[in-house]
Formats: sequence, C-alpha cells, structure tokens
Amino acid sequence: MAAETSQPSEEIESILTSAPKQVVRPLVRVLEGIGSCLRLLVEAARHVPTLPRQFGRFIEQCYLIGYTTLPIVGILSFFIGSVLALQSGYAATNIGPKQFIGLLVGLSMARELGPVMAAVLLAGRVGSAIAAELASMKVYQEVDALETMNIPPARMLVLPRLAAVLAMMPVLTIMSDLVGWFGGAIVAKYTHFISIEPASYFATMRQYMDFGDVLNGLVKAEVFGFGVVLVCCNIGLNTRGGPREIGASVTRAVVTSLILILVLDYFVTKALM
Amino acid sequence: MNASATASASARSAAAVGVSVEGLSKDFNGFPVLREISLTVNPGEIFVLMGPSGSGKSVLLKHVVGLEQPSAGRVLVDGHDASDPATRGRVRMALVFQAGALFNSMTVYDNLALYPREHRLGTEAAIRDKVMRSLQMLSLENAAGKVPAELSGGMRKRVAIARALVMEPQLMLYDEPTSELDPVMSATISEVIATLREQYHVTSIVVSHDRDLALGIADRVGILMGGRLVSLGPPADLRAPADPRVADFLNPVIDLRNPRFRQLAG
Repeated sequence: MAAETSQPSEEIESILTSAPKQVVRPLVRVLEGIGSCLRLLVEAARHVPTLPRQFGRFIEQCYLIGYTTLPIVGILSFFIGSVLALQSGYAATNIGPKQFIGLLVGLSMARELGPVMAAVLLAGRVGSAIAAELASMKVYQEVDALETMNIPPARMLVLPRLAAVLAMMPVLTIMSDLVGWFGGAIVAKYTHFISIEPASYFATMRQYMDFGDVLNGLVKAEVFGFGVVLVCCNIGLNTRGGPREIGASVTRAVVTSLILILVLDYFVTKALM
Repeated sequence: MNASATASASARSAAAVGVSVEGLSKDFNGFPVLREISLTVNPGEIFVLMGPSGSGKSVLLKHVVGLEQPSAGRVLVDGHDASDPATRGRVRMALVFQAGALFNSMTVYDNLALYPREHRLGTEAAIRDKVMRSLQMLSLENAAGKVPAELSGGMRKRVAIARALVMEPQLMLYDEPTSELDPVMSATISEVIATLREQYHVTSIVVSHDRDLALGIADRVGILMGGRLVSLGPPADLRAPADPRVADFLNPVIDLRNPRFRQLAG
C-alpha cells in the first residue's frame, strides 16, 4: 500500500526535478498563491455572520474603496470615452456610418472598458494601499498581536474589505460607464469631422443596447474587484521580513492584480457570452 | 449548579495555567533554532528565560502562544496543544511584544478596548471602566487619547502591558519587556510584572537579557544558548553559575587586551 501511494509522488518529484527550475519555481509560486488566496477566502467566509457588528469597518472601507476612488475613475473614464469616440469617428470618416459611434462607445464602456478601468484603478489606488497597510501590520507584528488576542485577521482585516468592494464596484462601474458615454458624446458633437448631435448619439445607444449589456459589465466588475482585494489582502498578510518587503509586497500586489484582471476578463467574458 | 459551585467554576476558569514544553525543536530552512527543549512552568510562577541574542528565546515564546509550529515536540498550555488555534480560545494568553506591536492606526484607548469589544465582553461603559483601570494601574491615564507614534519607548511598553492586562490573562508572556529602557523604567516594569502576579496570580514567562529583573522577580530562570536549555534553576544559581558559558554571559568581563571580537575573528 505504502509503495502504491509513494509511486505517483516519486513520479511528480522526478518531473519537478527534471524540469527547468526557472519553469517550476514560478509555477509552484502561482499555485501556492492561488491556494493561499482560497484558504483566506474560506477563512473570511466563516466569519460572514459577524459582518453586521462590523458595520463601522464596512462603512469605512466603502468610503476608502468607493468614495475616494470615484474622482479618478470619473476623469479616466471621461477621456477613455472621448478617445473611443475620436478614434471611431476618425475611422468612420472613410467608411460612413457615423451614427454608430454612440453604440460603439456605449457597448465598449458598458461591457469592457468600464469594469476593466474601474478594476485597474482599484488595483492601483486601493489594492496598493491595502497591501501596504496589511504588510506593515504583519511586519510590525500587529497581525501576530491580533492572533494572540484570538481575533482572526481574516475577520477583522479581510472580511469588511471584501464586503465593501462588492458593494462599491457597481457604483464605480456605473460611474465609469456614464462618464465615458458623456465624454464620447461631447467629443462626437464638438469634433469637426464627426459632428453628431448627442440626441442621435444616445438614440443609437438606446436602440441597440439593453440593460443586459450593463449588467454584463457589472458582473465582471464584481469578479475583478473581489479578486483584486482578495489578492492584495493575501499578499499583504503573507509579507515576511522588514520594511523593504512592504514595498516589494505592494509591487507584487499591483502587478498580480493587473495580470489577474486581464486573465479573468477573458474567462468571465467567455462565460457570459 | 449552586452559587458556590458557580463561583468555584468561575474561579477555576480564571486560574493561572501551567506550561509544559516537551522535546521542542524548531528548524528554519534546515537551520536548527531550538533543539529538544523540555521544561515546565508552574501555574502562578514567574519564569525568566535568558540567553544571548539569537539563542531562540523569542521563538520559544512564539511557540507557547501558538504563532510558530514546532518541527518536533510540542508545547502544552494547561494541557492543550499550543499549536492548535482553538487553545487561544480555551486559555487567555497575552503576549507583550518586544516592540509593543500596538495598532498604530488606533489610539491607546482603542488599542486596549479592542479585545473586549471584539469578544463582546460587556457594554461600552463596562469596557471603558476596565480600560481606564488598566491605564491607571500603569500610570497611563493621560495617554488614552494619543496614538502610539506619540509615545516614548517606555510608554509603549507600558501600553502593551496594559493592553495585555485588559484581557485578564491566565498566562502572560513578555518578550524583552525592559530592553531599550533606562534603569529606573526597567525596574518599574519589573515591579509591574511582579505586582500583576501578586494581584491576579497570573503565570508569567519573561524573555529578557536583564539580570536585575531575573534576580529581582523570577521564581526560576532558564538559560538558552545555541537553541539548547543549558541551565534551569532558582535565580540564586545565577550568582555562581557552574557552566563557564553561563558565567561569561551573566558576568562578561571587558578585556581590552584580548577583546572578544578578535577572539571570534581568530
């Protein structure tokens, strides 16, 4: 029996030792990261019943994740909508159907760019702050102090953030969609080679789009936002070493989040089709 | 259950607990830090653990509170395995970290109130009473509204002890409580540790380099060197240690003609 069970592990070991270390190590690190994130998620989920009495922390996180991120989401989305209108208007001068610019900007923002941009900004602005704060708490033993007090860090530090991002991502995404659409409308009206009236721009949007397109984007945003916060919390809480590692953790958290957003984007888009 | 039985049960639940370390070994990346440590700490005892820097004292303390998992052996706190997270729910343990580990984003008051709030140990008014009592005991009433960054090193240590005190622990662990403090403040902290034992009959394990603290308040002293327990006995033994390494550690002679760093380099 012992021989039977040891055989596969020996095979795996031989594969791992024969494969180049440059390939195996990053792969193992990715798998460890996924496992660690899932463990943290399960741990946080166990404490969901405590959420009502953590209402203060939830509101604080909603403020940090939602309110403080809104302005930058608005600015970025305005210019993305504007550039989309400009580029599609420039292309349409040779092809003809300029009235579809509204539809192009509308669909692009609602189904793709709104949720992706909100998630990218969340990773850069909020994800980095979460990773820095939790990494600092870990390095300066505040997380150890919580554990000795029998206060699970997943309950106090992770759960309110996950709940807040679920509540705030739809707000950020709808804001991104709306501002992007209006940015496109302004550019479409005042650019001399496009010159489409906002009424016409929005009419095509209303005609060919429905709430399902917006909902599609909201689902994506929820998945991205949840993934970003979970990854950043996990990287922060697994920081080892001194102050230098805090910076390294922040970098790792942002880079991992950006990669995660784009990878998830493909799979969620495919799943929602 | 009658009233006396309830009182007895309550007293039992609040009683000091013993610690038993059985063949504890710990490796970090193959490097041995603790090697087959065995010792017991009796309920209500003040046990001081001394040893050179890097000898594994703090690592041993982290095993007692369950922050590290043993490579071999085990640590039992009141008969429960310390590496089991459930033990922290069964036994109230408080660790006073070397650097305090205060929550930097909270005021001193909120640092102390966190434990009773999170564990719902009373109304806000009752928690306030408990927190203020702990602060008064350590002469910190005026620091309640300050954040840790505004405190001196000595105050941070005292706040860390006050925060531990709010937990009404059965087992108090101190990691270098007198390091970086002036002699008077060190003596004050030693007095606080001894007073807590007298008043609350709490078991205390103190990791320290401070010989005066060990001689002044310890019931027993263990000396850790190179990850091994090389000496264990009453503090009186420290006055004339048999082991030359222990003697050199406790009474180092400054020899300018033959300095240690040259001996080590040679």
